[in-house]
Amino acid sequence: MKNSIGREIPENIIRDWKLYEGEFSMNSTVAKAAPVIKPVYPGESKLLNSIEEAIVKCGLKDGMTISFHHHFREGDYILNMVVDTIARLGIKDLTLASSSLGSVHKPLIKHIKDGVITRITSSGLRGALAEEISKGLMEEPVIIRSHGGRARAIEAGDIKIDVAFLGAPSADEYGNSSGTGGLGNCGSLGYAKIDALYANKVVILTDYLVDFPNMPASILQTNVDYVVKIDKIGDPAGIASGATRYTKNPKELLIAEYASKAIVESGYFKDGFSFQTGTGGSTLAVSRFLRDEMIKAGIKADFALGGITKQMVEMHEEGLIKHIFDVQDFDLVAVESIGKNPMHHEIDSSMYANPHNRGCIANKLDVVVLSALEIDTDFNVNVMTGSDGVLRGASGGHCDTAACAKLTMILSPIIRGRIPCIVDSVNTVITPGDSIDVLVTELGIAINPKREDLIERFKNVNIPQFTIEELKSKVESIVGVPDNIEYDEKVVAIVEYRDGSIIDVVRKVK
Amino acid sequence: MERLRRTMMFVPGNNPAMIKDAGIYGADSLMFDLEDAVAISEKDSARFLVHNAIKTLNYGDIELVVRINGLDTPFGRNDIEAAVRAGVDVIRLPKTETKEDILAVEAVIEEVERKIGREVGSTRMMAAIEGAMGVINAYSIATASKRLVAIALGAEDYVTNLKTKRYPDGMELMGARSQIVIAARAAGIYALDTVYSDVDNEEGFRREVELIKQLGFDGKSVINPKQIKPVHEIYAPTAQEIRKSSDIVSAARAAQKEGLGVISLNGKMIDKPIIERAERLLQLAKAVGLYKEGLENEE
Amino acid sequence: MKFVKNATAGSLESNDIRVMVMENENAGIVIELESVVEKQFGKQIRKVIMETLEKLQIDNVKIIATDKGALDYTIKARVACAVYRACGNEEDFKWEVFN
Repeated sequence: MKNSIGREIPENIIRDWKLYEGEFSMNSTVAKAAPVIKPVYPGESKLLNSIEEAIVKCGLKDGMTISFHHHFREGDYILNMVVDTIARLGIKDLTLASSSLGSVHKPLIKHIKDGVITRITSSGLRGALAEEISKGLMEEPVIIRSHGGRARAIEAGDIKIDVAFLGAPSADEYGNSSGTGGLGNCGSLGYAKIDALYANKVVILTDYLVDFPNMPASILQTNVDYVVKIDKIGDPAGIASGATRYTKNPKELLIAEYASKAIVESGYFKDGFSFQTGTGGSTLAVSRFLRDEMIKAGIKADFALGGITKQMVEMHEEGLIKHIFDVQDFDLVAVESIGKNPMHHEIDSSMYANPHNRGCIANKLDVVVLSALEIDTDFNVNVMTGSDGVLRGASGGHCDTAACAKLTMILSPIIRGRIPCIVDSVNTVITPGDSIDVLVTELGIAINPKREDLIERFKNVNIPQFTIEELKSKVESIVGVPDNIEYDEKVVAIVEYRDGSIIDVVRKVK
Repeated sequence: MERLRRTMMFVPGNNPAMIKDAGIYGADSLMFDLEDAVAISEKDSARFLVHNAIKTLNYGDIELVVRINGLDTPFGRNDIEAAVRAGVDVIRLPKTETKEDILAVEAVIEEVERKIGREVGSTRMMAAIEGAMGVINAYSIATASKRLVAIALGAEDYVTNLKTKRYPDGMELMGARSQIVIAARAAGIYALDTVYSDVDNEEGFRREVELIKQLGFDGKSVINPKQIKPVHEIYAPTAQEIRKSSDIVSAARAAQKEGLGVISLNGKMIDKPIIERAERLLQLAKAVGLYKEGLENEE
Repeated sequence: MKFVKNATAGSLESNDIRVMVMENENAGIVIELESVVEKQFGKQIRKVIMETLEKLQIDNVKIIATDKGALDYTIKARVACAVYRACGNEEDFKWEVFN
């Protein structure tokens, strides 16, 4: 069956899902789920001696769902430690609901082969694990959900977390947990907060136990069942870098400069505007140029959103950005800021991007700058699979912010190596073309024909402009026309749009 | 109207990644280097790569230059053949000392043009002056051939030849710079300044560009894309200069239309050099987007 | 053209292709290609190598190529250079191969 953007979804995997029909097509009311919890009375202790004890006390059984956050990124030790222990205890057939997965989670391959983990939902997949899944490692397709989509699914009960294993840089013996104040700090615990609210059992794992009460806390004691002190939650260098640096790559800077110019001319660049940038490459470098434009025009932003880096913090501290809404920190400068700056707010993924609450912060976003692995002539964007069809990215907050922002810009070179970034049809749709307004490349920009207002506005602007078909032709004249990737029938991943519908599937590579 | 040569970006001839992207940064000219940027063992592979790049890739209106190895090396002749066959716009000679150097290269160029049926004279030339002798002979070099479009300063070898070194204020280059500009102007060709190697020192770079603009240079060699914008900004005319030039060109066009021999503006007579300078200024302004076609009918 | 030795041209840098040329005892052209864009451009890369060899009038050769995303113009240049080196750089190069 084809959904509304023409992607073929095999009948046999649709089951209870709706098919994608539009960014905001779902209009009914939503019933929220609630966890089943066990009260804790005075005098009872939550401190346990080992991960094993926690797993047993939580009553983890075959077929249950466990969850983790990815705030420790490639420096995470928690997920592997917990799943290794679960495997040793002989528990099987679990659903793994991690907010994302990285190359560091390669050991899961063995646990999947052994039947410990049989279902996965995640925003991203990388490294060897992603390659194996692309080759058909799992029977059940992985469900890819955006950050907003995961929050929606948890709040609606689509994901029923039995046990959440949440790493915390600092915690007290009663479970008040924070992303700062420890040895390997991550700052915001935005993705973990949702799990703590909705899981039936919540286990906090920390390597830094502090005196009670550990306040202010991101996760409160009222949502924690057990606390386990372990040796190390992760590698601090992998959790957060010292400071994010702007790219020096001249092509990325050129793209960033065009993007900044386009924002200035878009009509959305005015005092009190709000924006979200990326955290590396061109999508971060935009802020470098935008900052200069803001100073020149005397414009201040009401808020900035997203993954937060040193660059955002500096703009905030020099008065160019009033509020920062932070769902994830990427470097220690951002981590320090969230701890000390009162207008630097920690938010959870529901407040960030859940489409089915009473108004997420993304709803208020003016400008978002995003990247892409591929974009097609309908402006659909792929950030999930490479041009070879193999899983290697993350949905993240891409489709969430793209749908909500008044101006959505995609920054991408026209080619990476010999790989075309502008194609007839992307390998996987994560974000539909309707959400995308402008593509910015090193040659210039392409405006979505649906935005006639922007096309009119840009008529006299001095930035090279093309149709997306023209850019695609240029790509083909440089690299040639690539052969199509051959896929198998088997579906290895289902891409769930933020509203819970199926927007695309990823098939097994031949 | 002669083309702009504000920036000439050096591109190492054996580097496919850089060759492929060289055209996106807005440089007026690209110089594919077969000489200093290429190891001796790779001279042949760079030659094939640059030849095929020029033939195949679309660089739009950018002027394409190849810096060949000297004819006193085993590579020079083949470099010339490869470049002319590819259809390059300009061949740049390294270390030119006398007009005979020019004539020798020109002879080989002409030989290849005839062999392949390319219009004789269509391959232009550029000479790099990199030593004391070259400076002394600057005018005779600049007038040695009709193909010459520019002479350039190569400072590194030059200061070594002079037994000094490079200083931040550039005083050691004063003599060479002045001579080259004077010779170029007397010969009616372009003068281009040397590279600035400290790519991270934007302030120092800008100061040098201001200086060479004042001295009368038409442009500068750059080795990194980030050096292009500062040069174009510094060479961009001011709004007042643009207004004045626009008035002059309008007056000239109007007078031409009416068949008047003498052109005057605000009571002052304006002659050909003034009009040409005004046209050049508008060309520069157009290139940086500061000026659009107005009432004049240019081109 | 006659082979006098094995030769290599190109590099393993991004956007380049390293081409090794060896005499082939059995008649014919054998191409061993390892490419980062095998699925998308494997066919095209082999085609370009073949065409370049044909224009150079090489019938018996073994090519071992490691490709890091080279465009066609680079592939042609590297193959031609490797062949030229393998033949001892003696002869006048046939520039028509790049037409």
